[in-house]
Amino acid sequence: MATLQSLLTRIVYAVILLVAVLVLNFSMMHLAPGDVADTISQSMGGADQEILDQIRADYGLDQPFLVQLGSYMGKVLRFDLGYSFFYNTPVTQLILQRLPATLLLVFTAQILALFIGVILGVISARKPNGIASHFVTILALFGYSAPVFWTGILLLIGFSLNIQLFPVAGMRDVTIEGGFWVHFVDIARHLVLPVVTLGSIFLALYSRLARATMMEVLGSDYVRTAKAKGLSEREVVYKHALKNSLSPVITLAGLQFSAVISGAVLVEAVFSWPGLGTLAFQSIIARDTPTILGILFFSALVVIIGNLLTDIALRFVDPRVGGKR
Amino acid sequence: MSEPLLKVQNLRIELSLRDGIAPVIDDLSFELGAGESISFVGESGCGKSMTALGIMGLLPEKVGRIASGTITFDGEELTTVTQKRLRAIRGNEISMIFQEPMTSLNPVYTVGEQIAEVLRAHQGLSKSAAWNCAIELLDAVRIPNARRRVSDYPFQMSGGQRQRVMIAIALACEPKILIADEPTTALDVTVQAEIFDLLNELKRQTGTAIIMITHDMGAVAEMAERMIVMYAGRNAEQGPVEQIIDHPRHPYTKGLISCVPHIMATLNDERYELTEIAGIVPPLREFGQDRCLFASRCNMVSQKCLDKRPPEAIFGDGQRAACWHAGAI
Repeated sequence: MATLQSLLTRIVYAVILLVAVLVLNFSMMHLAPGDVADTISQSMGGADQEILDQIRADYGLDQPFLVQLGSYMGKVLRFDLGYSFFYNTPVTQLILQRLPATLLLVFTAQILALFIGVILGVISARKPNGIASHFVTILALFGYSAPVFWTGILLLIGFSLNIQLFPVAGMRDVTIEGGFWVHFVDIARHLVLPVVTLGSIFLALYSRLARATMMEVLGSDYVRTAKAKGLSEREVVYKHALKNSLSPVITLAGLQFSAVISGAVLVEAVFSWPGLGTLAFQSIIARDTPTILGILFFSALVVIIGNLLTDIALRFVDPRVGGKR
Repeated sequence: MSEPLLKVQNLRIELSLRDGIAPVIDDLSFELGAGESISFVGESGCGKSMTALGIMGLLPEKVGRIASGTITFDGEELTTVTQKRLRAIRGNEISMIFQEPMTSLNPVYTVGEQIAEVLRAHQGLSKSAAWNCAIELLDAVRIPNARRRVSDYPFQMSGGQRQRVMIAIALACEPKILIADEPTTALDVTVQAEIFDLLNELKRQTGTAIIMITHDMGAVAEMAERMIVMYAGRNAEQGPVEQIIDHPRHPYTKGLISCVPHIMATLNDERYELTEIAGIVPPLREFGQDRCLFASRCNMVSQKCLDKRPPEAIFGDGQRAACWHAGAI
């Protein structure tokens, strides 16, 4: 009951946060010089003031700031994010087309990084001077210092050009025909390099943190108690120690959600992954304000939902978080 | 006389430190009969806890090891037994409760689960049988509303209650030996008394032998029949509690007793003056030297004490004291 209530509170906060993000996004876009009228006139090879005014009046850009903000917010409430002048498509539709690709990339990278990171952390914590431990140290150094686009390009050269193991770009091969599994395997093959690229930074972070917390937990009094109970090594490490060392890692993973999404923009650009990142990149070049705002809105939504999920996950791992007295 | 339940002979435990190897336990021998209680007394850093961890096979990995000597439990030699067998003994036939009830329970599992898992591991109980047994055990260690509290987490309990849970875990499989490592040091005085009462009562019911580690002479008088006074990893004096309190044969024991005014049997007895033992326990690197390690703090020190480690002088009823001047005290 108390858990439900505190969860509801979290959701209310999330909604307020989302509204704040909307206002801030809109204000910032408004403050930036240049608008869609400039872009359209540019693509027409120049236009006089009369035509510019006409375009601005058509799109409501001549209205005062607060009126524009008000009508924007009203539309967002109805899930209408406006119309992309550049793509000639409603923004919502545009984004929903691209969102699954990004979510697939982001969640796969995040979950794999978490999973492998924790396993590496545990293995290296149990043998602080073993091979796995040194591997984690090197991996962390590399993953943390190498820029994403550089890693991505290196992987492309290595595993797509020299050794032709994985496709170079895109998410699926349009020439392939077949059932569900054929397409599944096709997408999975396309997914490997982008996920490795994006996941490497986070794998580095998580494995380091998991290693540190695990070492601390393994030296704790309750682990000694577990040993004194005569439990097997496996139970001591994977039941008693692991669950305690998870919460810092999960907290960090939640905080990293925003970084994962901004990282996705770069990775998508390198691998021509048809997701939100590529869309954001193209819209910024085209000054396609509604699309940019829409993407910002959706990434804020993903980050907020990610944090909410983190919160719920933490409750499962650690009973001291929220809820019970 | 039949074989004792636990027999420790010439035990030597070494710790590898940065500047060499230190014998934290140096030539320790003692025996524990079934259902008996024995107390280890001494200041911090005298090797009391190390003895306990040594018996449990829980010495800090790669740092501590049993260098020589034997630990015979119920006819079985624990120093050479396999890890698997040792795990079957731990928590089942020999169990242990620790000094820090606040941190010794796992914060993310319910107390019921932490009790029940011992029963599942050693007694092969089913999930629900172990859970019901956990409720009974909580009741036995006098936690009110056991049925409801069994699904509480440790953070929802007080220090005294957590120590009761630890006792429930330790006694779950009705072990032959319970090692209590300063079980009340972190608790309020009133709670201490309750825990001692509880331990004494459970001992009467189950016949478990208790090894009690403490630096509180009052606790010794209350809990144990025999005591072992440890100093710098060595046995300073051992024997029946009353006899030693009545007539200590080692200056260290004498010092410890005169630190505690309230353990005299009756108020009319003449009291020792309340004094402190000046100085501190020598650093680890001095352990193992061939001299009396207490000499630097002893008011009876002579040249002999500095030249050679004192042998144990034997008195009546198994009282033994490792002091050159034992006969003169």
